[in-house]
Order: sequence, then structure tokens, then C-alpha cells
Amino acid sequence: MAVPHVHPHDDGPGHGHEHSRDGLLGPRVGRGHPAAAVRAAAPGGETVTLEQRVLAKNEELAAGNRAWLAGQGIVAVNMMSSPGAGKTTLLERTIRDFTGRRPVAVVEGDQETMLDAERIRRAGSTVVQVNTGAGCHLDAEMMRDALTTLAPVPGSLVLVENVGNLVCPAMFDLGERSRVVIISVTEGTDKPLKYPYMFAAADLVIINKVDLLPYVDFEVARCEEHARSVNPGLRVLAVSATTGEGMRDWYDWVAEQY
Amino acid sequence: MSITQSIVDAVCERAAGRPVHTVRVRVGELTAVVADSLRFCFDLTTEGTVAAGAVLDIEQPPGAGRCRACSQDFTLTDLVLLCPCGSADVEITSGRELEIVSMRVG
Ligand SMILES: [Zn+2]
Repeated sequence: MAVPHVHPHDDGPGHGHEHSRDGLLGPRVGRGHPAAAVRAAAPGGETVTLEQRVLAKNEELAAGNRAWLAGQGIVAVNMMSSPGAGKTTLLERTIRDFTGRRPVAVVEGDQETMLDAERIRRAGSTVVQVNTGAGCHLDAEMMRDALTTLAPVPGSLVLVENVGNLVCPAMFDLGERSRVVIISVTEGTDKPLKYPYMFAAADLVIINKVDLLPYVDFEVARCEEHARSVNPGLRVLAVSATTGEGMRDWYDWVAEQY
Repeated sequence: MSITQSIVDAVCERAAGRPVHTVRVRVGELTAVVADSLRFCFDLTTEGTVAAGAVLDIEQPPGAGRCRACSQDFTLTDLVLLCPCGSADVEITSGRELEIVSMRVG
């Protein structure tokens, strides 16, 4: 039974997806408790102290993935974006340009991009698709299963296309080496302020489609400033996956992760 | 696994078959989790489990930070890390909690 939520990603029509049971999202409403019926404590009841992190299990699995990847000399990069940021094109170009340099494998969690898995395969990468169902993010267990199926060779680069939204994926560690947020200049300059959790959790921001800058109202420097206001150490690269502009900087950044 | 599912799984595991009446969680104001959505999802996720009908009690520690430049403690209402002194070298000291505190069973 999925709960339809209004998602705070503001990205055009046709991308409504349902949120099942995540307790995230939606506008922040007041803090008061609703006048819920408080049940009388059962006589002879007992208080059990748990004091544990909600995501403890996911963190444990993520740590396992991280250790395995490190042991294989594999770098996994968790790539997160809103729909329409140009992730698939960026991935295709990256895979092509890595031919002969380093094997690339792709974990495909984005329902939208699933349709493009064939494009990824044609570009020369192995791909595994993860069905997240009504879920709005990948988790460490899905990542573990995907890695088992993919069986990436030692030293390879694993690019993880997370589900296309900028809220939920920020909360779930997959065991990746680094986290990248991709936005395009067709989105708002204030994107980092609308999705502060995502930008706070990122290691790198890629601003894509800079070839379109003359035609849109987007200020790269101002966007960088916003992103650093929630994450002072954040690296920001401006690229066009279509023309290839700036892609070298992205490849250099990947090389630094090894 | 979603946030709510994680809570319900942990609670049901520890309850070991006993009915759960109240679950207390700590969700900082500087997390992306919205209390009302969490409560709503909790009611649905607990259906058919020993925690069905349990009340979800949510503590919400407010955001707070400490400046590494001037050692000042101050309130953070969002993730923009800026001390009143102008420094952005700020450590978040409260508001990022996402924990299961306790539950009432039996
Ligand atoms: Zn200060």
C-alpha cells in the first residue's frame, strides 16, 4: 500500500512517483502532536530502551560493501540528481572516454533511466538494473545484491545511478567511495538551498549542460556559493556532457578517488 | 528499506511477540524527515504487526551549532552553516539525530 506523497522535487511533469512509507518529505507542518488517541498504558507493561540509530542496519551493510570494494580496488560513485539533469548522457560519455583506461560497471536504480540501460550497454559498460519498486532511493542491501550480480573486476569504476530525486537518496549510505550531485543549468541557481541535505552530503557537484548557459538564467558562481553555504569543502565542476566541455576535470576527479 | 520500515523492523524484533503500545523516536530538526509524514507512514507500516495501533512519540531536538573560530554556541534553523561572527567553520552539535529511543511493550 503505497502512500502518494507530494515530492519536493520540482522537476516538470510526468515524474510523479509514489512514496511508500518513508516518513520523509512534504512541507514541514507544525510541530504539535495531532490530538491522537493516546492509549492507556497496559497494566504490567514494560519500557524497553533501544537507543539505536534508525539506519543502523543499512550502515552495517554499507560498511560491508565499502570494505569489499576497497579490497578489490574498486571505486564506487553514487550519482544523484533530479530527472532531466542529463545523467545518462554524462554516463555514456564517461563510459566511452574510459574505454581502454579503466573498466566501468553501472548500477542502474533510476526508473527513468532504466529505459536507457541499452544506451549504457552500447556505450560499453556492464549494467545491472535494480528494481526499487515504489521506493525512492537505493539502499545498501540493493547495492550489495547489485554488486554480486555485476561482479565488477578489480580496479574498475562503478557508477551508481541513484533514483531521480534529491531528498531520499541523501540519507542512505550505499558503501560508495564518493557522492556526486548532478544538476543542470536548466534548473534553478538556488537548487542547493532547496535541497540542502543532498548538497550537505555530497563530495562533488557537477553542473551539467553549461553549453546552454547563454540561453538560460543560471549563475554558476552563485550556485557554487549556495552549495558551499551548506557544505564548505564541496568541489564544484561545470561541464557539458554533450559538447565534452569540462569533462576532463570530472575524469581527473575520478582518478583522484583511487 | 525506508526509514519507517527500519523503525518498525527494529521494534518488532525487540518486542519478540509482545504487543507494542508506544514507540519513542528522536528525529532532529536538521534531518530531511518530516514528523507528520513519519507518523502517517508508521501507522500504515505497523498494520498487521505487533506494533499495530502503537503511538509514535517523536522527540525533535532543535538544530544547534558550535563555531570553531569563536567557540560560540548558537541555534541553527537550517543547514546554512554560518556563525553570527561570520565564520562558516561550524560544527553541528544537535539536530541531525535519527534514533529509536525506547518502546513500551506488554
Ligand atoms: Zn563564530
